Amino acid sequence: MNIELFFQYLVAGLTYGTIYAIVAIGFNIIYNTTGIINFAQGEFVMLGGMTAVTMNRFMPLPAAILTAVLCTMIIGALIEIVFIRWLVKPSVLRLIIITIGLSIVIREAALQIWGESVRALPYFTGTAVSAIDINGVFISPQVLWVIGISSVIVVALNLFFSYTLPGRQMRACSANRDAARLCGINTRNMVTLSFVLSAGIGALAGCVVSPITYVQYDSGAGLAIKGFTVAILGGLGNSMAAVAAGMLLGILESFSIWVMPTAFKDVISIAILLLILFVRPSGLFGSKEAFSLKEF
Amino acid sequence: MRGAKFVFAAFLLMCTMIVSPVFAKDAIKVGAILAVTGPASFLGAPEAKTLQMLADEINAKGGIKGSKIELIIKDSGGSPEKAISFAKQLIEEDKVMAIIGPSTSGETMKIKNIAEEGKTILLSCAAAEVIVNPVAKYVFKTPQKDSFAAQKIYIQMQKMGIKKIGVVSGNDGFGKAGKEQLEKIAPEYGIEIVANEVYDKDATDLTAVATKLKAANVQAVVNWSIVPAQSIIAKNMRQLGMTVPLFQSHGFGNIKYVQAAGDAAEGIIFPAGRLLVADSLPQSNKQKPVLLKYKKDYEAKFKEDVSTFGGHAYDAMMILENAIAKAGTDKEKVRDAIENMKGFVGTGGIFNFSATDHNGLDRDAFEMLTVKKGKFVVLK
Repeated sequence: MNIELFFQYLVAGLTYGTIYAIVAIGFNIIYNTTGIINFAQGEFVMLGGMTAVTMNRFMPLPAAILTAVLCTMIIGALIEIVFIRWLVKPSVLRLIIITIGLSIVIREAALQIWGESVRALPYFTGTAVSAIDINGVFISPQVLWVIGISSVIVVALNLFFSYTLPGRQMRACSANRDAARLCGINTRNMVTLSFVLSAGIGALAGCVVSPITYVQYDSGAGLAIKGFTVAILGGLGNSMAAVAAGMLLGILESFSIWVMPTAFKDVISIAILLLILFVRPSGLFGSKEAFSLKEF
Repeated sequence: MRGAKFVFAAFLLMCTMIVSPVFAKDAIKVGAILAVTGPASFLGAPEAKTLQMLADEINAKGGIKGSKIELIIKDSGGSPEKAISFAKQLIEEDKVMAIIGPSTSGETMKIKNIAEEGKTILLSCAAAEVIVNPVAKYVFKTPQKDSFAAQKIYIQMQKMGIKKIGVVSGNDGFGKAGKEQLEKIAPEYGIEIVANEVYDKDATDLTAVATKLKAANVQAVVNWSIVPAQSIIAKNMRQLGMTVPLFQSHGFGNIKYVQAAGDAAEGIIFPAGRLLVADSLPQSNKQKPVLLKYKKDYEAKFKEDVSTFGGHAYDAMMILENAIAKAGTDKEKVRDAIENMKGFVGTGGIFNFSATDHNGLDRDAFEMLTVKKGKFVVLK
């Protein structure tokens, strides 16, 4: 194992990790305001990628991505307003089943609209074969885009939750919904906002990763499983922890390929998930006390 | 009032009697189990479209010897369990003459015995050799065997002087079958497999796998999987600066995958039927008229590029039509007619069936193709 190969595996790991983390953040936002896992999160990613590919035929890439993100946000809002908003004190199980159902509906709708073929946006810079050579370590420019945009998302989210009124209101909702309502916060709107936000982030993620991973009508499910693993690993609801956990899982997977057959890659990630669930169900970075207060 | 009811009933009865003579002959029921949706939809979707197109065409001509074809397409979604229940339904309830499909080898193997016991002709559109080896009386297949694809690849490697290769494959039935073939016959061609990796078929990035191949210093890489992994591996190898030739399986036979892989697809070498290069074939080629007709009809009707997979369904339906035209509507006689069919020109090659060969194609049904400027061309 020479130093170049080591860094090459590291880069691959960072790429996987960033993709997982950005999906996990979407899970966390909705979890924070509603206490549920939105199993349609992967479908938001798919919708974003698919819509952008379609729009890119009529408009330049940045506009296509913007349109795709906006469209997906509207879909996110509609889903919340039509299926979730009017439920009075729904149980966690009921909400989970609703989101699973929605994910199936969205997937089938996408199959009808876009067909079964695999699509991708063009590389933002360069082509599919271009790579930046840093002393024998090759990095695709798209990987830098993914890492860059994900970092921007994470920073922007932190600023949003710390310094803006809607952001603080959403945090208040996640801490104690009844108390937030007593303070005059419209908690229902906050839930809608959380769906809009996570749909937007999912869609943006879908656009940025699509040149690397491709997108087809059923690609949401695979991403959702990895994103979910990472969200649990980091501790549900904690976006920064999700980034750290994503990196950890991505790098572990990547280096596992170095020492073991590739087929065991997913065994590693699922084994870690199970281990965490048994030993530290609050996640690597979550606190036990906070976890015991959550209803799920 | 009672009388009125009676008159009305009698009137209805007469209506049916007037209508029924239109169906002078019973329609020939043909079932199809195809993965129209799901992970193998890249196979099943063009197959289903092709079958529907052919059935409409045959019926518009007035059917086969006056009998119309009633096509019953079942979407298995690539699931063997569904394929089993559809096979039973088609055989026991619909009592079909023949079943076309399934699209994948895994599904076909699951219903091979069901077709055999139900004495129903099965024309599989899947690649694996085990479908027709050992031969089952009622089971045929139209795609070229995957063992031929592996042989073709190794012969090409010998020509290029390649001895040390890396094999990567998806963890589905197709990848597994291909990997086994490649491993089995490598020594016969003096080729050593120095890196052998199986990856998840839903993998989103294969940079780490490509890194491993690079570290193993292979002279060429063979990838055996379906989309999107086969495009991803191509990209990741080129991104790592690997310049060794990349060979793909015959599963690469759809121009959409070339478009998906973009520049990374340039120079990929793979075995495929001649459908993809129909335009550039010499006039003397026997298959050329058949290929051009199918390509023209399909592309005009569905506004998408033709793929070899739809061609397998085309061959299955044409073989069946041919056999029924020759032998009538008796199932046993149709089966015999297929088994004795010689020199049938299809999209996959020239079929010569026999009691011991229910595929009927030889290795030359494959042509080595490569990608040049985003197009398929014959490798020279």
